[in-house]
Amino acid sequence: MNHGTLIEALGLITITMPVLLLALLGVSSLLDRPLSENATGKACQGAIAIGLVAAIAILVLMLAAGTRHESIELGEWVIIPDYHFEVKLVFDRLSVPMAILSFVLCGTIAAFTTRYLHREPGYNRFFVLYALFVVGIILASLAGTIETLFAGWEMVGLSSALLVAFFNERPAPAQNGLRVWIVYRVSDAALLLAAIVMHHLQGHGDFDELLGTGALPWPDGHAAVTSGTALLVGLLLVVAAAGKSALVPFSGWLPRAMEGPTPSSAIFYGALSVHLGAYLLLRVSPLFDASILLSAIVVVLGLTTALYAYVTGAVQTDIKSALSFASLVQVGLIVAEIGLGFRYLALIHLLGNACLRTLQFIRAPTLLQDYRLLENAIGGNLPRSNGPLARAPAGFRVWLYRFALERGYLDGMLTEMVAVPFLRVFRWCDGLERRWTDFLIGRGSRESDAVKAYSTVTEDLP
Amino acid sequence: MNLLALPIPWLEAAIVIALGGGLCLSLLRDPIRAWRLGVGFMGAVFVCTLVACLDFYYGNPTPSLTGGGEEGFFFGKKLLGIDEINAPLLPVVALVHFLTALATGRTKMRRFSLSWSLVSVAIRLAIFGSLDPTALVAMLIVGVVPPYIELRNRGKPTQVYVVHMALFVGLLLLGWAFIDPAGGHQTQTAWATVPLMAAILIRCGTVPAHCWITDWFEHASFGIALLFVTPLTGVYAAIRLVLPYAPDWALQGIGLVSLATAVYAAGMALVQNETRRFFAYLFISHASLVLVGLELHSAISLTGALALWIAVMLSLAGFGLTLRALEARFGRLSLAQFHGLYAHSPTLAVCFLMTGLATVGFPGTLGFVAAELLVEGAVHASPLLGLALVVAAAINGIAVVRAYFFLFTGARHVSTISLAIGWRERFAVLTLTALILGGGLFPQPGVVSRHRAAMTIVRERERQTELEKVARNNRDETSRSGIQE
Repeated sequence: MNHGTLIEALGLITITMPVLLLALLGVSSLLDRPLSENATGKACQGAIAIGLVAAIAILVLMLAAGTRHESIELGEWVIIPDYHFEVKLVFDRLSVPMAILSFVLCGTIAAFTTRYLHREPGYNRFFVLYALFVVGIILASLAGTIETLFAGWEMVGLSSALLVAFFNERPAPAQNGLRVWIVYRVSDAALLLAAIVMHHLQGHGDFDELLGTGALPWPDGHAAVTSGTALLVGLLLVVAAAGKSALVPFSGWLPRAMEGPTPSSAIFYGALSVHLGAYLLLRVSPLFDASILLSAIVVVLGLTTALYAYVTGAVQTDIKSALSFASLVQVGLIVAEIGLGFRYLALIHLLGNACLRTLQFIRAPTLLQDYRLLENAIGGNLPRSNGPLARAPAGFRVWLYRFALERGYLDGMLTEMVAVPFLRVFRWCDGLERRWTDFLIGRGSRESDAVKAYSTVTEDLP
Repeated sequence: MNLLALPIPWLEAAIVIALGGGLCLSLLRDPIRAWRLGVGFMGAVFVCTLVACLDFYYGNPTPSLTGGGEEGFFFGKKLLGIDEINAPLLPVVALVHFLTALATGRTKMRRFSLSWSLVSVAIRLAIFGSLDPTALVAMLIVGVVPPYIELRNRGKPTQVYVVHMALFVGLLLLGWAFIDPAGGHQTQTAWATVPLMAAILIRCGTVPAHCWITDWFEHASFGIALLFVTPLTGVYAAIRLVLPYAPDWALQGIGLVSLATAVYAAGMALVQNETRRFFAYLFISHASLVLVGLELHSAISLTGALALWIAVMLSLAGFGLTLRALEARFGRLSLAQFHGLYAHSPTLAVCFLMTGLATVGFPGTLGFVAAELLVEGAVHASPLLGLALVVAAAINGIAVVRAYFFLFTGARHVSTISLAIGWRERFAVLTLTALILGGGLFPQPGVVSRHRAAMTIVRERERQTELEKVARNNRDETSRSGIQE
């Protein structure tokens, strides 16, 4: 078996294992025959381990052969005259580390969750969504075309939002899950538009052709686009990345996402999902060379996010929110590094931050126990140091404290400036329609008005 | 036995079985027996349409847009037939009817009139099988009658429906009276195209003439309402009656109004506080998205629109059936409060989400590639058009997940009886889900078929343009030679 064939076989295994896992867990659930906890755990461990070994084998083969770029064309998914949807996977210095990181962290979280959610009613649901996430993140990591990346991107978004609402007996997780989903849809729309614009301008969505990474492997590619095109496509991609990575002004959803179970918080908002936007920017980073303005925007966005997350994270009173903002500080810095052109540094920063946050998140449920052990060991309270603003004027500190406590008013601003006017307009239209149908009928036209918010047909606990 | 080799006009057979079944069921008084027989008739109708479709693809050579099978001669006219456009639509329409009948719960058997449903499916198949435009106009007019009877039988107000449908019928007849069927799209007068265009927009539920759809969902039984709207009959009428005859400016007008409707209805779906109205707006938005793609009349956008049409039919039917199953257990549901029904009906919850997301083109579902094609075609026409389509899809996606969260999460619901999905409902919803996922994972055959249909439409319009050009040249030459003489 020659080098190319071996890479192709291993690449197929890398993507097939998560898909098989999703098919196994999804179909059994749809048929109302969910696997036992033990079988689910073993299926996850098996699929992730095989996928990880295949990804590591690809890395070893590429290092041994001295190749920096391998692509697998799985063929045209759809092909008609003037349009084709190509499924292509790319293995290079960016995608292989990301895929290996994803498998390692997903495997860790699967092993952790089999114990953490043992005998929870939503055990099977968690793992179905987890499998959807693994498919999405691996597809997005290895995507060689923007359409393939978009497919993975959407899967990650849906599984994230549904896992935020995992504890489905309380309203808060559902409300927060919806909020996360809304931001993700904005992000998806921006990415889809970028994909379409790329298709429209270049006739294809292939990263290698657009970014020149086929001839000069990542990160040395040269985007064969004009400055204006780079700015247009780049801005759309920055909006997509901002939504997915909770960059300013979309950062408000990050603490809300902590409503989900700890394992999903760790994998999504500490490690992989929150870094996916930064990964997208790394993937298209040759575009930034074509537009100084775009690079500057990315740097400013990254630094603003880092500063915002630092200030806001300092006043968080629960460990998961504090960790999520700590992670966001680093994501902001990673984004700034990408804008400044330090791509390897950004990649290493991303890998390190993801691993550290995963560890911190899965230790979070035992934080008090850890503190107790530490304090017992030193025989007193843990020392607390003053922050850098200790000598700042009191008025400014109070203002900053309120600003941080309100999370920079970002959530409120988006609600007041976007959501409320939007809903008001459509409710007004709904009122007009009601008047029109009432007029035609000559009395109240809507039976739905009689539908009570609480149905009396159903029973409920006292 | 090879069914394809039998010399049976399968489409006509399906219509006759449906009409005969409707008549037969109207004589029965036992609802359980009527339901069993009715499902049998619906199943037979589905099999006939499926064989008719397979017969078209594998039995006979491909006819042209105005051609068709050998069947269907009436007073020397070829009224019914199957071509590239309607071949896959006929079994899908019949399947949706069959699955809706099958999934009808015992508590709803008296309310869901199977005899009228069979008559309705016969009319719908006749509409979708009509190759002759005059026959199509006639069937479209006949098609507005059963819903009126449904409203009357239920003692519900009919004014909104009657006003809109009267306008539809009046404009359809007016437009058709002025149409020159032998002429092309460049020779028709505004007296013909404008009323025809308006009639189709009303039938499709385009803003501002859309209130009849929300009113219909308010007052009809959910199953009947679902069956009347999900086939997107208005879109079919647009293909057969508007595309061949409407000039470019008229198509652009329809496209713009449809685009505005798609965004508007998506926004309205987001603010609804009741499931039926939410579903009605979701439907309007998607019907308009399909219409936008049609009116762009490029090969890519047409392919996307035709593929999206089938995706929307199957996904909205599945989505509607899950909502109907919920209604059968809990009554009409509010979207103003969390219900927390997941624990009682996890399969329904999953199917609700899958079919709902399939309507907005989630990856891996039937609508994904269709939506990509549609947006691609729209961006070619105008980037702003593409932006509007993406915005509509994004809002629809938010509306679907919002409804999911309100219905299935956010509260603890306790019941002393089982509220799990029944086997018939499970079969119906899972069948549609399998088609949605199967078509989504292996989209090539479906897209190629829709591309062939799109090319048929494009070529037909180009052929008419050429003919008109030749006719104009001939006229010019005749007038020049007259002047010289």
